[in-house]
Amino acid sequence: MTDATATPTPTKSLTTSDAHMKKRNAAEKRFKAYGIAAIGAGLFFLVVLLASILTNGLTAFQQTFIEVPVYLDPAKLDKKGNRDPEEMAKVSTFGYAPLLQDGIFAQVEQKGIETPLAKSKDMKALISASAAAQVRDRVLANPDLVGQTVNVRFLASSRVDGYLKDRVTRESVARDKNIDAEHLDLVDALRAEGMVEKRFNWDFITGADASESRPEQAGIGVSMIGSFFMMLVVLFLALPIGVAASIYLEEFAPQNRFTDLIEVNISNLAAVPSIVFGILGLAVFIQFMHLPQSAPIVGGLVLTLMTLPTIIISTRASLKSVPPSIRDAALGLGASKTQSVFHHVLPLAMPGILTGTIIGLAQALGETAPLLLIGMVGYIATNVPDGIAAGFLDPNSAMPAQIYEWAKRADPAYYERAWGGIIILLLFLFAMNAIAIILRRRFERRW
Amino acid sequence: MYDAPFSEKNVTSNAVKIAADGVQVYYGDTHAIKDVSVNINDKMVTAFIGPSGCGKSTFLRCLNRMNDTIDICRVEGDIRIDGEDIYDKRVDPVQLRAKVGMVFQKPNPFPKSIYDNVAYGPRIHGLARNKAELDEIVEKSLRRGAIWDEVKDRLHAPGTGLSGGQQQRLCIARAVATEPEVLLMDEPCSALDPIATSQVEELIDELRRDYSVVIVTHSMQQAARVSQKTAFFHLGNLVEFDDTDKIFTNPQDPRTESYITGRIG
Ligand SMILES: Nc1ncnc2c1ncn2[C@@H]1O[C@H](COP(=O)(O)OP(=O)(O)O)[C@@H](O)[C@H]1O
Ligand SMILES: [Mg+2]
Repeated sequence: MTDATATPTPTKSLTTSDAHMKKRNAAEKRFKAYGIAAIGAGLFFLVVLLASILTNGLTAFQQTFIEVPVYLDPAKLDKKGNRDPEEMAKVSTFGYAPLLQDGIFAQVEQKGIETPLAKSKDMKALISASAAAQVRDRVLANPDLVGQTVNVRFLASSRVDGYLKDRVTRESVARDKNIDAEHLDLVDALRAEGMVEKRFNWDFITGADASESRPEQAGIGVSMIGSFFMMLVVLFLALPIGVAASIYLEEFAPQNRFTDLIEVNISNLAAVPSIVFGILGLAVFIQFMHLPQSAPIVGGLVLTLMTLPTIIISTRASLKSVPPSIRDAALGLGASKTQSVFHHVLPLAMPGILTGTIIGLAQALGETAPLLLIGMVGYIATNVPDGIAAGFLDPNSAMPAQIYEWAKRADPAYYERAWGGIIILLLFLFAMNAIAIILRRRFERRW
Repeated sequence: MYDAPFSEKNVTSNAVKIAADGVQVYYGDTHAIKDVSVNINDKMVTAFIGPSGCGKSTFLRCLNRMNDTIDICRVEGDIRIDGEDIYDKRVDPVQLRAKVGMVFQKPNPFPKSIYDNVAYGPRIHGLARNKAELDEIVEKSLRRGAIWDEVKDRLHAPGTGLSGGQQQRLCIARAVATEPEVLLMDEPCSALDPIATSQVEELIDELRRDYSVVIVTHSMQQAARVSQKTAFFHLGNLVEFDDTDKIFTNPQDPRTESYITGRIG
């Protein structure tokens, strides 16, 4: 009995590890370190990217405005004095511009601001070219304003805006014929008086593109509409076609060489550079089918072609992930193949299909190259309802194409807008991915 | 040596329900079923036993043409149910499967409510004219599946939330709901614990009153307990087919004897 209670000495202790064991543990630690380093590098680049986008782009959402009382001189705006809008419409923006300059100059004199700029005309460099049109619209909408002095808030010129955003400096102004250092001094003084300030600029989000010379006026709104119409086309074509094709291939098609070939080619299509789809769209939709150029319908068709493989691949993957026992159960009860697919398999595959579709749409939303080839870079300077960009067949641009256009333009003020546009585009992508995640969560597999 | 059967093996009917003659099944080049001829009686449980891979499931799946869903599978020979050739060109397998129900090895309820699981078959076959009739069918089927008492308070809870044994009885109830005449069961208890197994076995014995039941099993005890006739398959051949009593007490073929005494398995 004493033998049983004696503790035997282990031939090999578990508390000490031998050389082999140490080597294995070291290898494991090393591998973990590699992994953490890789993830760290990825996160670092992500942070750098986001930080640079935000620092470069957030300023685009703010714009410099000038707010002064303006005397709407009847002698200039309504010579006949009958306040007839039709008569008054004959006065172009050139008639309004001096009034704004007078408005600012009056304030300069009234507040006793010292400046070598002695003429009302010298104020021109401060004012955006869009301001006169803005006041004119307001007067034509309400002719009774003529003869009154009204407070008007209008856009400052892009140089002034740049000065407030540290883009325009006194050194750069020396070589700039649009604005002088005296103007900047005046801006400082007006700013101290509260007449010049930066505010949130809704027009950047809702507005239309503007000409090369007035970046302060440009907005991404119209191209947003273009992108929206294209996404509608993609959604309503790519989703049903892609899902139908996947269901056929996955559930009905016989396994043979031909279907294998189709399968391989769909995977290949997913890897085809998007510009190839663009030139295909140009050749087929525009040159052969004579669809209008720069129209969202064409852009949508091209992006549909591009998105289809993505949707087909993800749909097939989610159909495959439905356990075969569900199909057996339905068939065993006397359901037809179609019934088994539509009653049981498809509902279970739906979250995967929707996720894939949204990811495909997000891809299409950010796609630029094919749009350049089919001319989806229309320059539309007026937003709906007055503008021409209202439907599927009207020329338009798209968000990424608009961003590309802005980045291309010479004026550095457009550079800022390009970054701002990217922020908006990214917000859309984030939103779409969030929807995809929510859908997946909500319809989590339930078997 | 084997457990006593639930009821006396009084053979209630000798009417032939399914007559298979010279059945050959090929998976591509593999010859899985070799010239099998067998008569399956109505109102009786017939068991298919044999080592795994011998073709029990394959032959069972011929009886409701589930093999049609496998591209490479080819069936030859003659299988008649109530004298009608089920491989006739005019026979719609969908219609056949409503008449020949099937219960699978792994319980496979739909990820829907218990009610919807049972109601699915009657719905697609148009067996109920209104909600009340459907309710009635569902209740009747769940009772037949010996699971009504356990689920009657939660008919709208998901069928996948039941225990394995309950799920399998739900699957049996679901199969019964389409009013089949034959019930095919492919190792219905292999995923169940002993208590659930005995519940399902009792149920199978019950079902014999109304249906012709064919059950595949790898458990000889189970075959002895629930079946009246037993077919022993080996390497794609039907080696022996006779009354269960006879197979287990006095097998004619040496291969059958080695199998039931545990020498091949
Ligand atoms: N889907 C299939 N494709 C190819 N061969 C199969 C398939 N199903 C079964 N087989 C083959 O047919 C033979 C019989 O299989 P099975 O009927 O499943 O046997 P059991 O049910 O008796 O275990 C086996 O050799 C198996 O490999
Ligand atoms: Mg089997």
